[in-house]
Amino acid sequence: MLLQQIINGITIGSTYALVAIGFTMIFGVLELTNFSNSSLYMFGAYVTWLLYAGTGMNFFVAFALSIVITGVLGWSIDRFALRQLRKKHAPKLSGLITTLGMSMVIDNAIMVFCGTDSKMFENFLDFGSVHIGSAVVTWTQIIILIVACVLMIALSIIVYRTKIGKAMTAIAQNQDAAKLMGIDTNRVISLTFIISGFLACIAGTMVAMYYRSIDTAMGSSIGTKIFASAILGGVGILPGAVVGGIVLGVVETMVSAYISSGYRDAISFTILILVLLVMPNGLFGKKAINKV
Amino acid sequence: MIEKLSIQLVKHKLPLMIAVAVIALAFPWIVTSRYVMRIAILCLMYCMLAVSLNLMTGVLGQMSFGHAAFWGIGAYTSAILAKNLGFNGIGCLLAAAVIAGLFGLILSLPVMKLKGYYFTIVTMVFCQIIRVIEINWMDLTNGPLGIMAIPRLDLFGFEVSSQRASFYTILVLVALTTWIVHKVVHSRMGYAIQAVRDDDLAAGAMGINVFKYKVSAIVIASMLAGVAGGFYSLYSSYIDPSIFTNNASNNMLVMVIFGGLGNMFGSFLGATVLTVLPEVLRGFSEYRQLIYGALLVVLMLVRPEGLFGSVNFKYIGQRLSLQKEAKTKKGGKRHA
Repeated sequence: MLLQQIINGITIGSTYALVAIGFTMIFGVLELTNFSNSSLYMFGAYVTWLLYAGTGMNFFVAFALSIVITGVLGWSIDRFALRQLRKKHAPKLSGLITTLGMSMVIDNAIMVFCGTDSKMFENFLDFGSVHIGSAVVTWTQIIILIVACVLMIALSIIVYRTKIGKAMTAIAQNQDAAKLMGIDTNRVISLTFIISGFLACIAGTMVAMYYRSIDTAMGSSIGTKIFASAILGGVGILPGAVVGGIVLGVVETMVSAYISSGYRDAISFTILILVLLVMPNGLFGKKAINKV
Repeated sequence: MIEKLSIQLVKHKLPLMIAVAVIALAFPWIVTSRYVMRIAILCLMYCMLAVSLNLMTGVLGQMSFGHAAFWGIGAYTSAILAKNLGFNGIGCLLAAAVIAGLFGLILSLPVMKLKGYYFTIVTMVFCQIIRVIEINWMDLTNGPLGIMAIPRLDLFGFEVSSQRASFYTILVLVALTTWIVHKVVHSRMGYAIQAVRDDDLAAGAMGINVFKYKVSAIVIASMLAGVAGGFYSLYSSYIDPSIFTNNASNNMLVMVIFGGLGNMFGSFLGATVLTVLPEVLRGFSEYRQLIYGALLVVLMLVRPEGLFGSVNFKYIGQRLSLQKEAKTKKGGKRHA
């Protein structure tokens, strides 16, 4: 029973983790709370569904296409709105409002186009299940966890080991100085948005397959949890987002199994606040040095 | 353009203020449509919320995604007190302020440790927690069904049942809020709060009690939001948890940022425009929210700092009076 709960928790947590990586990456580079991330997640799932159910093409081709389309959408959010703001040296809050507006546009566009009712989503990763002791683990759950970990490792290598990752860190520290050092900041930031679009689409489609349905509220319902996971792990830190997501998922399932399912979110969020009181920079965050 | 406009605004401050007051007082006698009156009342309530949030976000610099939590706490407090315990209107509003202020105090305690975005996310999470409690505490809040048939606001024995009376009540509340926030901002306390916003370490080194001012600003803001909530539940006579969501919090923050951080006049304008705009767009039915979002993006692109974000009315006033003085001196010399 306990093992089963932990496994379920880890699965839910890894879906949070998948979206939180994209969010924390943008946060790490731009210090921008990207509200459109959860909309991209919903958008990705819908595009995959439209492509395979609407046109009848092979699921994996549809999935790949959808990843590209969501990436392009992520790029265009940056290209047509946020880049203009950067050009004007606008305050960071305006970027936040812009992403909020973009998220409304995307959500409502999907709502108008597809309707608000939930849609069936076939599970193409249904390879049966494995028994670990008394617990049952489906292959879908395992694949979701593996995908989250692989993406985390791949992105960690990109961010912490490659030249483009160095550029991202440089931009995070000081955009103008990075520009003076010959870094094409716009290109690097665009790339970050494209990657976050990819991640959101992968996460959306995987979660859709896991629950076998999609609806337009799936983005907004996960929104706060993404922020919570990223904050719990320490914003801007990729492994932190994954661990934060999984911890949040496990805590949630534990609370709903053993304490109260109605108060699930309240209790798990209270735990989050308490953790932050002890560790103000999240589980993995480095202590920031205050300078006057 | 906005700069020129604000200079004109400051130049004709007194007549404009009188004109606004007269229009506000005459409004319920000019407009007869119940629909327009309702929007006007809600608009004023949002002004109250936006001004109080501006104190927290613009003046103190702590961005909050959870202002709807205080609004909801106030609404539930006054609804429960009025319905179950038969409190009168003033008692309800005061209790709403006190309870919301208490929760503000609880929320503000982590402030000392949490910086910037961490605090922001905590406010967002706080809003969720409060909402979950509203949904689940069936005995107290009647859960997702909400509280129905809340008695109308009564002031000194008069039941405020007509739209007109409600309008005047909220008008008085808005005026009070503006007065309080104005007094706070332009006092020793306000300057201390602004110093904390600009750099809390430096402010602390100057001998400002950072903790005290942070907490008091948040408590005042949450109390004012609580009063707005108390008014809302007594006015609409029905509340349920789906009103006090994170979306509502986001909307309030958008109003503040749209108007310009730290600028009270901007908050009024932001609240008014963003309450009226969705109603104007109602003709577009399902495309309404889509257009609203797109407009938000466009407005941010055109004026990223918000409408009056970069305008300091006090500074403009001082500059104008200096110019005037210089002119009269010059004129005086010529006569001599």
